[in-house]
Amino acid sequence: LGSETALFYLFGTAAVVASLLVIGQRNPIYSVLLLIASFGALSGLYVLLDAPFVAVVQIIVYAGAIMVLFLFVVMLLNAPHEDTEYDEQSAGRGIGVRGAIVTRPGPRRFGAALAVALVVELVWTLRRSASAGETAIGGDAVSSVRALGRSLFTDYGLAFEVTSVLILVAMVGAVTLARRERVAPRIGGPSGPAAGRSGGVSILPGVGGGGASTPPGAE
Amino acid sequence: LAGHAQRRGIALTVTPFLIAQIVLTLCVFVALLSSAAVMVYVERKVAARLQQRFGPYRVGPRGLFQPFADVLKLMFKEELRPGAADPLLFALAPVIAATAAFAAFAVVPFGADTTLFGLLKEPLRLQVADVNVAVLVIFAIASMSVYGIVLAGWSSNSKYSLLGGLRASAQMISYELSYGLALASVLLMANSLSLADIVNGQAGSWFGFIPRWFVFVQPLGFLIYMIAGIAETNRAPFDFPEAEQELVAGYHTEYSSMSFAMFFLAEYINMVTVSAVATDLFLGGWHGPLLPESLGWIWFLLKVSAILFFYVWMRWTLPRFRYDQLMGFGWKVLLPLAVVNLLATAAGVLYFGI
Repeated sequence: LGSETALFYLFGTAAVVASLLVIGQRNPIYSVLLLIASFGALSGLYVLLDAPFVAVVQIIVYAGAIMVLFLFVVMLLNAPHEDTEYDEQSAGRGIGVRGAIVTRPGPRRFGAALAVALVVELVWTLRRSASAGETAIGGDAVSSVRALGRSLFTDYGLAFEVTSVLILVAMVGAVTLARRERVAPRIGGPSGPAAGRSGGVSILPGVGGGGASTPPGAE
Repeated sequence: LAGHAQRRGIALTVTPFLIAQIVLTLCVFVALLSSAAVMVYVERKVAARLQQRFGPYRVGPRGLFQPFADVLKLMFKEELRPGAADPLLFALAPVIAATAAFAAFAVVPFGADTTLFGLLKEPLRLQVADVNVAVLVIFAIASMSVYGIVLAGWSSNSKYSLLGGLRASAQMISYELSYGLALASVLLMANSLSLADIVNGQAGSWFGFIPRWFVFVQPLGFLIYMIAGIAETNRAPFDFPEAEQELVAGYHTEYSSMSFAMFFLAEYINMVTVSAVATDLFLGGWHGPLLPESLGWIWFLLKVSAILFFYVWMRWTLPRFRYDQLMGFGWKVLLPLAVVNLLATAAGVLYFGI
């Protein structure tokens, strides 16, 4: 057993075990940390593949930036421990919001279908790559930053630009969702900011506070 | 198989080069540890002088042994852990902080290749690990160091600590972008990701008297790097994660004894690393007049000390920002400036072909 093979199995096992433990945790903070560990193991695999640039970028982007944001959100929301026993009990009695979500059949079936599709895809890809043997990509194109940049901006230029547009769309969407609604009080007009909510609604005829109780043809 | 065994055999043979490498690694480790001790002393002395006090002067001549007294005191203190804290992460957080701080320096070169006055056959590079993507490795480890602080904040299960941890993560994310863009503009100029290559690209001088340091062609980049570097190391005026007046002691409120000392150590070593990288990227590393190349590390040491002094000076001169000012400055001033600087550098490199 060569040292490189041993390292491959070490990093591979670490990545798989850490990823499995991510979904096995009840505490979201531990899930995030295990995902970071998994990324670290993946980065080790990239180093073994002679792609130090990809390995370092994996750490910078995923482990360093994205997971910090994950951790930030988990800490900010102070997400409670996922208590499975409680969920099952409350689901049996038919109470509790979380229990209701767990037992809802639609999302569950959809999730199961997605998981099956993923496994099928994985098996198909693995069989295909095993029969195809060594792939063309490798060597200089991966190890040298210069070559990597060149192929990224020429051969894969379209994919690169499309991805950036996708990220831009996601960013605009997130900003739109997170934006505070400041327009509503002003629509209320002279009634002032204190009457903002009722004033905003009263503009629409028939939807306002008293509209429902008044008979339509009273006048 | 035979070839492989042979290769392994060579790798395991104890050569003078290997011994020199191990000695070098140990030297760097000890030097970093003692640099933290020296920085504690310097910080207290300079702070005192800036405030017209004497500072520590009782332990040893001119108070020189004060850091050792501090370390002894910390070692004999009781290690406390709050009952509601997460035991595993509470113990792990200071270790992550200290490890990340030490690891980052591994790829920093601090002197020209040397044969140690002819002791070695092949020249030894004064750098623990010669990585061809060194700049990115430093950036990656710097981005990992935030986990020590964030986890310390969360695992303490105290509101002050949690706020400190949250602040640290938000601040690191915000200033990392400008930090990375400032690094990228130097990479464009140097046309390499290896720190040793970048330093060697700054040898010589323009017109015979201006050294070819990147700080003269990248003044804005240097400024952005230094500001973002101070924010990354959580030093005043950006010391929000541990703002005493607001958060008791921030993320390390609940820590005592040696685990507190590890955070302390990590902060000073991070400062040293940021200064050393700034020296390599912008100030010509070990290149300087008068001294021969083999003694270049003296120049390196002088430049790093100058930046570290600047760090301390800043801390005791500028008041802390307000939190919204910190975010506003990072996103609305520093980041656009860094982007413009990068684009201008790229255009310049493309046009002039530097």
